[in-house]
Amino acid sequence: MTEAPFDLAVEGVSVAYANGHLALRDASFHLSGGTICALVGVNGSGKSTLFKSIMGFVKPVSGHVTINGAAVKVALKRNVVAYVPQAEEVDWDFPVSVADVAMMGRYGRMNFLRIPSATDKTKVEEALRRVSMWDFRDRQIGELSGGQKKRVFLARALAQEGRVILLDEPFTGVDVKTEQAIIDLLRELRAEGCIILVSTHNLGSVPEFCDQVVLINRTVLGYGPTSEVFTEDNLSKAFGGALRHFHFEHSTVQDHDGRAIRVLTDDERPLVFGKDGHLEYKDREGREDILRQREEET
Amino acid sequence: MRDALWVGMMVAATCAMLSCFLVLRGWSLMGDAVSHAVLPGIVVAYGVGLPLAVGAFVAGLFCSIATGFIQRNSRVKKDTVMGVVFTGMFALGLVMFSRMESDLHLDHILLGNILGISRSQALQTLILGAVLLVVTWVKRRDLLLVSFDRGQAKVLALPERLLDYLLLSLLSLAIVVSLQAVGLILVVAMLVTPGSVGLLWTDRFDRMLLIAVGSAVASTASGILISYHLDASTGGCIVLVQALVFCASLAFAPKYGWLGRHMNRRKGKENPV
Repeated sequence: MTEAPFDLAVEGVSVAYANGHLALRDASFHLSGGTICALVGVNGSGKSTLFKSIMGFVKPVSGHVTINGAAVKVALKRNVVAYVPQAEEVDWDFPVSVADVAMMGRYGRMNFLRIPSATDKTKVEEALRRVSMWDFRDRQIGELSGGQKKRVFLARALAQEGRVILLDEPFTGVDVKTEQAIIDLLRELRAEGCIILVSTHNLGSVPEFCDQVVLINRTVLGYGPTSEVFTEDNLSKAFGGALRHFHFEHSTVQDHDGRAIRVLTDDERPLVFGKDGHLEYKDREGREDILRQREEET
Repeated sequence: MRDALWVGMMVAATCAMLSCFLVLRGWSLMGDAVSHAVLPGIVVAYGVGLPLAVGAFVAGLFCSIATGFIQRNSRVKKDTVMGVVFTGMFALGLVMFSRMESDLHLDHILLGNILGISRSQALQTLILGAVLLVVTWVKRRDLLLVSFDRGQAKVLALPERLLDYLLLSLLSLAIVVSLQAVGLILVVAMLVTPGSVGLLWTDRFDRMLLIAVGSAVASTASGILISYHLDASTGGCIVLVQALVFCASLAFAPKYGWLGRHMNRRKGKENPV
């Protein structure tokens, strides 16, 4: 796919609840594809409100969202915005199969009878194969594991050929293997020029795969490349007292335990900060100089 | 008698198809509410000389829209609001009916009178039923999507509100066409039972529609025949047969019935994964 890079602009968006209370005040940021951008903030910080305004579910009282310069409504008509919901938003007892769900991504491109064409069927097959769910195509969706469910809805976004893809907490209830598979897929989509916006409270995974971050607490506190924005200082600002801090003191880490740090955690990745940025990094390519420098310091 | 059979089967098919959506959306009570709420509409339409279907349709739609509106603008929960609105409207209908001189029979409206249906009424019901059936079948995928995942419908820029109103309109009209067959007290059975039977037998939506329609048509035809031979209430017989089909499905459906689940559990014990 070689289309012009997509861009998403959120400018001065304020959203009010029915009671007049502001959920989001004067939020602005700018993204252009391909990028994987994390939307980070505590519960109630306005993450989902921001999502909803990008998808056109809520109308801002001021400001506007544009996708490739066009209003959200126009972008939705072009089917370029895709959404991967949280597991709780879906009734898993519905009598629909994996293939049915993926096909729902194509509805906007069908005529009003919604009879799938050959193209629709190929796109669905491609999408399901890409998330390794083709073999499960005839399963009823309630019979899948948490990770498989996530992948089905991701396949729907792929089948839709969305260029702006929003994922709401994609790693909740997902096993480590699927998490890695999803991350790999998102990277491929980034390479194809998609804008991927991931709302997450799983901080540890952010530096792992997101190249940009939007920090949010009732407004946008900051946005930009992960290495600049996703710092201990900024996170403290965004989360206030809601983050637990563990400092590994000089004595415990270096002398006592022979320079070994062990962090145990449940399914969520811990976020580990070291001197000048992140200690743990899977993409170290292009950063050899930092690695060398650190080597020398020790 | 033959007219009654045709009309009954058409009504059964229409209601059965809609019942699949109601069951999946958790709108069963909505079917009950709208069916009671049509009474004042019928009385008014009779009074001013409009077709009864028009009055019933307007009243049914008013009930569902008023329920939604009150719920959004108060702290009372939806099922409660619905209970108040539909009983209120039903009561209004009763009062209006008792104050009006007419040759309408209240028990025909409440309990149906399919064996006494006239040729023109039968024709009217058949045509309206066929239209409803076709519209529901054609729009089934969109209606399913708004019930299943509203977010996706919005993201695809489908007119989700319009689809809600479409479903409500189809529901009101289906109630109108079934009044003659089973009466407004038992309509809700036609609008709930077939869908739940379908849901017990399969986990594919199109198959669920077909099973619901098939079981409803068969139960209605046999219900009418039984009532004719036993000289018993027709509406009652139809709904009773449907209820028996439901019970049988509950027990014997292969995957979701009790027997099926029991067998699966035993199979699971014999060959643990």
